Amino acid sequence: MTADLSPNSPSPRPYRQHSTESLLSPTERGVMGVLGLAALTLSLRGGALERLLLGAVGVGLAGMAATGTNPLATALKIRQNEEGDTLVSDAITVGKSPEDLYAVWRNLTNLPLLMRHLKSVEVLDERRSRWTVPGPVGDVSWEAELTADEPGRRIAWQSLPGAAVENSGEVLFRPAPGDRGTEIRVNLAYRAPGGTTGAVIARLTGQEPSQQLRDDLLRFKREQELGYYPTTEGQSSGRAAKGGQQ
Amino acid sequence: MKAVVWQGTNKVGVERVPDPTLILQTDAIVRVTSTAICGSDLHLLDGFIPGMERGDIVGHEFMGEIVEVGRDVRNVKVGDRVVVPFNLACGVCDPCRRGLFSACDNSNPAPNARTVEALYGAMSPGGLFGYTHMFGGYAGGQAQFVRVPFADVGCFKIESDLRDEQVLFLTDIFPTGYQAAEQCGIVPGRDVVAVFGAGPVGQFAARSALMLGAAHVIVIDRVPERLGMAEAAGCQVINYEKEDVLLALRDATGGRGPDHVIDGVGLEAHGHGPGALLDTAEQKMRMSFDRITAVRWAILSCAKGGTVSMPGVYAGLVDKFPLGAAFGKGLTFRLGQTHTHRYVLPLLDRIQSGQIDPSFVITHRASLDEAPELYKTFRDKHDGCVKVVLDPWGQPGEVQKV
Repeated sequence: MTADLSPNSPSPRPYRQHSTESLLSPTERGVMGVLGLAALTLSLRGGALERLLLGAVGVGLAGMAATGTNPLATALKIRQNEEGDTLVSDAITVGKSPEDLYAVWRNLTNLPLLMRHLKSVEVLDERRSRWTVPGPVGDVSWEAELTADEPGRRIAWQSLPGAAVENSGEVLFRPAPGDRGTEIRVNLAYRAPGGTTGAVIARLTGQEPSQQLRDDLLRFKREQELGYYPTTEGQSSGRAAKGGQQ
Repeated sequence: MKAVVWQGTNKVGVERVPDPTLILQTDAIVRVTSTAICGSDLHLLDGFIPGMERGDIVGHEFMGEIVEVGRDVRNVKVGDRVVVPFNLACGVCDPCRRGLFSACDNSNPAPNARTVEALYGAMSPGGLFGYTHMFGGYAGGQAQFVRVPFADVGCFKIESDLRDEQVLFLTDIFPTGYQAAEQCGIVPGRDVVAVFGAGPVGQFAARSALMLGAAHVIVIDRVPERLGMAEAAGCQVINYEKEDVLLALRDATGGRGPDHVIDGVGLEAHGHGPGALLDTAEQKMRMSFDRITAVRWAILSCAKGGTVSMPGVYAGLVDKFPLGAAFGKGLTFRLGQTHTHRYVLPLLDRIQSGQIDPSFVITHRASLDEAPELYKTFRDKHDGCVKVVLDPWGQPGEVQKV
């Protein structure tokens, strides 16, 4: 399948594998610089507490603008590459063969079952597919193309120009040592709306893809090893008795 | 149905809640005939274990009769009398296949497992009945009915005519005490074992150490009734409020220290000294989850090359941990939740052959309605209370003291 893809085609974008430093875009640095200076100016007036707070905020923002890094993002381990893409990766070991797991993943229409935040994936042809996610103001969809397809080893894709959220990704499969099945590694890169700041807000509200990816991989492992995923949804409790959920 | 419900810190109550139903086809519903209050339930009552929600049905030591099974349940059927380990195991993941059932990869649902990973830095252990949502928040068995997920793995049939009270503790405290002794690697006829805490787990650990051939077993506590129970099994006892426990243990072992020390106490240890005071202060300010006096004493008393085995529950980060002593003496630490499923049948054999009758530990019997009162009696160690067994179908009324 998709024989025109070179088995050794490189990853769509370089990954700085374990760097934990976050870089701000020039726009973000500009905005933070202006806000920081404004806060510092305001801190020259007012009561002692206001001065202290505004001064601290001003120094923080100006410092972020000057150094081009976001310590909050760094603390939250939000990773970015040179181009300002947010990088997300994770790994899990699943007790099945690489061939079996690759086959599940390669059937792209399965992906919404694996990744809960995807609404649908429509296969357009051998290489191209249309991905749809629900957004805060209606569905967002984009087209993506496969950039690598190595049965039992690797699948990679990249969004086509014009995507609302530019993104790329790859899934790697390799046998785990001993009789433990397959180590799956997922690498994703996306241009976060709002840059680093947007990524920080998303992380703090639990919407950031690294959290979604972890849940997805934990569900995928359970689905593959058990044939279902364990749940307590719908179980009895003292909350149900009072008309609440569960 | 009636169930014991967590209503907030220091508050459990008996409430009418909906009967459980099958959610997955691998579930069974068990009509509970006997259930018990466990020392680790007290950590929930006291609010030291994070992740409880008001309305959670508690209880993880229970047994009963299967009244409904899902389509995919093969090993048990309606009418079977079963005991159910307190931890949930899927039976198919890599840890389960290696017999490490409490380390099951799959039984803690995905979002809950991710929370634990954030704290533990690696994959979550398995789910637990009637415990914090960190470990699934599965509805517990201090109730008239309970849903048992992974029924094929978690339901062990009892076919003999042993009474409930003789087999009920196969669900937790007997395997927990036994595993604590087993993982010491006792050399029969040679090794001396000390057990901190003469509560239910300590009682089973001490008796298990004797069954495994320990030359001598010493039990440490401060409650006379509990020490008396250990003495009746043939153990030497030390009351740490009356003696300096470290000196007493040296004296009892010719200056060597016990070859293995079991901490059957866990995160609510009492005790003396500046470390114990600081632990208590930090715990009261919620700066720390754990009071670790028992572990400190275990490390300091243990003989060179010995084992510190810890069935007691711990939750978070600790300080003033005598790591240098542990290093200097070359100690081995064995800890963690019990791989209960591994022990149910071998220990059932020991009960059937008369080597032990686990009902020795029971001091109080009552109906489920008396649970809130008895949680407090058990916590405060009033009235000689060591172990409480509840009948979910009994008439509300008097507490029967053994």
